[in-house]
Amino acid sequence: MNGDNRERHQAFPQLSRRGFFALGAAAGLGALVASPAAATQSARVKSSARIVIAGAGAAGLAAASRLMQRLDGAKVILLDRRQEHFYQPGFTLIGAGLKPQSYVVSGTADYLPQGVEWIQERAAEFDPEGKRVVTDAGRAIPYDYLIVATGLSLDYASIEGMDTKLIGSNGIGSIYASPEAASATWKLMSEFADKGGVGLFGRPATEMKCAGAPLKYTFITDDYLRRRGNRGKAELTYTAHNKALFSVPIVSEKVRMLFQDRQVKVRHDHVMTGIDPGRKVATYRTPNGSAEIPFDFINVVPPMRAPDPVRNSPLRWQEGIFAADGWMEVDKASLRHKRFDTVFGVGDVAGVPKGKTAASVKWQVPVMVDHLVAAIEGKTSDSVYNGYTSCPLITRLGQAMLVEFDYQDNLVPSFPGIVAPLEELWITWVMKTMALKPTYLAMLRGRS
Amino acid sequence: MKELDPMVFLAVFQEMLGPMLWVLILLALAGIAAFAVLLLREKGLSSQRLVRAEIAGLFGGVAALVLAARFTVSGFSDAGGPVDWLLIGLIWGVGLAGTTILVYSVAGWTALLRKR
Repeated sequence: MNGDNRERHQAFPQLSRRGFFALGAAAGLGALVASPAAATQSARVKSSARIVIAGAGAAGLAAASRLMQRLDGAKVILLDRRQEHFYQPGFTLIGAGLKPQSYVVSGTADYLPQGVEWIQERAAEFDPEGKRVVTDAGRAIPYDYLIVATGLSLDYASIEGMDTKLIGSNGIGSIYASPEAASATWKLMSEFADKGGVGLFGRPATEMKCAGAPLKYTFITDDYLRRRGNRGKAELTYTAHNKALFSVPIVSEKVRMLFQDRQVKVRHDHVMTGIDPGRKVATYRTPNGSAEIPFDFINVVPPMRAPDPVRNSPLRWQEGIFAADGWMEVDKASLRHKRFDTVFGVGDVAGVPKGKTAASVKWQVPVMVDHLVAAIEGKTSDSVYNGYTSCPLITRLGQAMLVEFDYQDNLVPSFPGIVAPLEELWITWVMKTMALKPTYLAMLRGRS
Repeated sequence: MKELDPMVFLAVFQEMLGPMLWVLILLALAGIAAFAVLLLREKGLSSQRLVRAEIAGLFGGVAALVLAARFTVSGFSDAGGPVDWLLIGLIWGVGLAGTTILVYSVAGWTALLRKR
């Protein structure tokens, strides 16, 4: 169908060459400022609906901001116990020694739109039949519409012998657990870059946040070793959970070439099952049985699953590839629940085929809000989320590849012919280090 | 609906620079206004002053590149393709033009006020 092109939702606008030069004065930052499809300019819809948002992360806050822009009179309730807000795309930069911990930490209250009620309790139970959420403090909160934006849970415990307390010792790093863990991982990686040895990288077999992140971290470690003249003393191995390095075939092939160029060894069909901190050995499940690989430094990427309250609720997928880890059963184009039409799911918790990234959130939320507002008005919306997500895949310090793709594994470059998608470029690095965080913060406020 | 929205541009720059955004915009506007008024008053360009301002501008361009390198923890040695060289040229060009206009205006106005 030739509508496919029209329905592309990109983080970046399709630009003419003239448009690009007009952007030049902004040092390429224009790449990040396309306005999502939502008609924020349209008149606000009067409503007395009660909308509960479970989770005040990137998706929850962005949804709250958009709803307040679109609705007049609605009661919007945000549920989250945590006061801190983490800019998660920055965790890799902390782990790479490029940014301090403070770079990613701010407060939820800083982004709370006016008029939104923030209940500092966590959603513990979802009852879509009774249209209510029960919090961890035992309070039942009824809703007309529910937005589930709980994010995901990092399942370190399912790796035998692994504990987040180990991060920063025995060569065990993991940038995911917290800003402190990312910082501790940088210290270990830096020591490793001074000494050399065996470095282990990889990814879990589950769905995960930004599948480019473990690759980036491998490339960054390689570059530090080279800059310090110790690459010859090190052996780097990337363990992939299947036969690919990335879910988009053309990107996977490019990464294979880069790994070959940087002498990063690849072991396919290796799923990490355990770690022995004392012996510094990681255990993997492979088609030929269990395999052990010793390490001097490892970046542990935990299996990721839907949080327990979602996994234990009727909201989860009942069958198919997203059922086992309890991801939420939403329509991949509208983000609306397939069985409960007053429920929507956005961000990491959504059981959709691609991308658990901030870029996904940026394009999911306006589409989801369009459908929710249309439902309030008794109408339908034709807004479509096509799976667009993007990943500035750092390939060495100072360069990154801008990888943008959709549900169908198409590359959807924002600057075709200008910023080549699979080229290692400085401009992409500049975007990642300068413009992504401001764009993210503007997204939280419903302004980008 | 995917065209560039100037308000989104503004939002991103506000998040990036905070109140500094307005200081920079005011500085740029004041510099351009001072330059324009000076041109009208003197009924043309002073070529001698322009050459000096342009020499200062060359260094301004370099300063812009140094700043860009500092903020991005990288530099032009990381250029990987033509678009990178274009970006480097643009950053240098903006630094050059800005410094030239500023230096020309400051020098011109200083001379004008001294004459009085």
